[in-house]
Amino acid sequence: MAEVKAARTLTFKILRYNPRVPGDKPRLQSYQLEEADGMTLFIALNEIRDKQDASLAFDFVCRAGICGSCAMTIDGRPGLACRTLTKNLGAEITLAPLPVFELIADLSVDTGKWMRGMSERLQTWVHMKQEEIDLKRIEDRMDPDLAEEIFELDRCIECGCCVAGCGTARMREDFVGAVGLNKVARFRLDPRDKRTDDDYYELVGDDAGVFGCMSLLGCHDVCPKQLPLQTQIAFLRRKMVLQGTKG
Amino acid sequence: MNSTQNVIAGVGLADRPLKSRWPARMDFAQSASGLVLGLFMWGHMFFVSTILISKDAMWSVTKFFEGYFVLGVSYPGVVSIVVAGVLGLVMFHAFLAMRKFPANYRQYRTFIGHRRFMAHEDTTLWWVQVVTGFLLFFMAAVHLYQMMMHPGDIGPYGSADRVWSGRWWPLYLVMLFAVELHGGVGLYRLCVKWGWLEGKDANASRRKLKAAKWVLTVFFLVLGLATLGAYMKIGYEHRAQVGEKYTPAWAVPAPKEKAQ
Repeated sequence: MAEVKAARTLTFKILRYNPRVPGDKPRLQSYQLEEADGMTLFIALNEIRDKQDASLAFDFVCRAGICGSCAMTIDGRPGLACRTLTKNLGAEITLAPLPVFELIADLSVDTGKWMRGMSERLQTWVHMKQEEIDLKRIEDRMDPDLAEEIFELDRCIECGCCVAGCGTARMREDFVGAVGLNKVARFRLDPRDKRTDDDYYELVGDDAGVFGCMSLLGCHDVCPKQLPLQTQIAFLRRKMVLQGTKG
Repeated sequence: MNSTQNVIAGVGLADRPLKSRWPARMDFAQSASGLVLGLFMWGHMFFVSTILISKDAMWSVTKFFEGYFVLGVSYPGVVSIVVAGVLGLVMFHAFLAMRKFPANYRQYRTFIGHRRFMAHEDTTLWWVQVVTGFLLFFMAAVHLYQMMMHPGDIGPYGSADRVWSGRWWPLYLVMLFAVELHGGVGLYRLCVKWGWLEGKDANASRRKLKAAKWVLTVFFLVLGLATLGAYMKIGYEHRAQVGEKYTPAWAVPAPKEKAQ
């Protein structure tokens, strides 16, 4: 008969702080929970909220690593609560909100505001020439390999982990982060987008863009979607240096 | 009276409507100068470590760089010119790299907190580069100025006397660790920054690059410590004859030296 392992008792040390409550101070609050098979941080947090503390604030929507809402700092590293199994962590787990983004309360942050600002700044949409827009015309065919390549970068869920794990983004508020650079790389690949490297240089050709990246690769190492951020940023850097040194 | 350009730049509109090309040039120049200095650092270590083979070997390397084997006369001034070039490059590299340092208390505090909490190796290695780079501002400048002004004092006895009787060994000991860590991490970072040696699997290549980086760092640290130890030993034994120059038996009388 297979030996049944005794379930671990997990201790969650969770950063509690609501900046909207006057006088509130950041503090760590401990909760204990018996570990269950296949338990994710998302399941654990819901159990804590249901049975121990209804005031605990955290976000989630999809529970499947698609929406990016449950991103938080897990034992110091940004990650998705719904994709993190407790069995891969120690018996004491420290949870904190993602830095950089506006804190709502406890583990809940507003990544949307930051992402919208970044998208508007980098104009992360396909730019077509006005005269070419003909809604009745069938779209040009795209090479499947190229479509696949674009789709690979489009898997970004804007969870904010790459920004929170980036030393540059932590120090410099105007840095576009790996999420922004990845988006520029994505639209640069897209043949429908008529922007040139000169246009992209105007978007990311400075220290708030690709030249601000110091290649610490925190972004690459924490991305829950395993996007090839190291490769994309290096590629963009080569292209932008070429563009910037041309004239 | 201010010129038009001064007025426009003075109110922060110098890069409108188009972004400046300087960030691209500076990014490239920082990497290029770092690459040259990193490779120079390794080459330099090989040259000075020839003392581990023999005094004659180190003497021969010194005289080679002074042009003796080509011109028949030693020109220590050649070394001064090379050192001046290296010093200029160090200053240029430091000027560019400083842009990335935390610039105020808030940035410093944020980064330190981030590094400690995240415990991410490459982030920590960058901080090692910041600290060692800062140390090198001073140590490399002192060392290079000395070499530039006294190139004729490089040799088995001259260098050993400087290390021991001149009490330079504490500086060299700290500088050895600073320069090897700074350069080793820097060369690794150059590869991941520009996508060199990335291959098809960037993660696997990065693991290999980092392993190679550590092997090289340990190798050069051991080589450096052994070399420094050798100079200290020779310097100690030669302490009563400070100033005497070494000449191999096969090269007596000593080669002529042109004034520096």
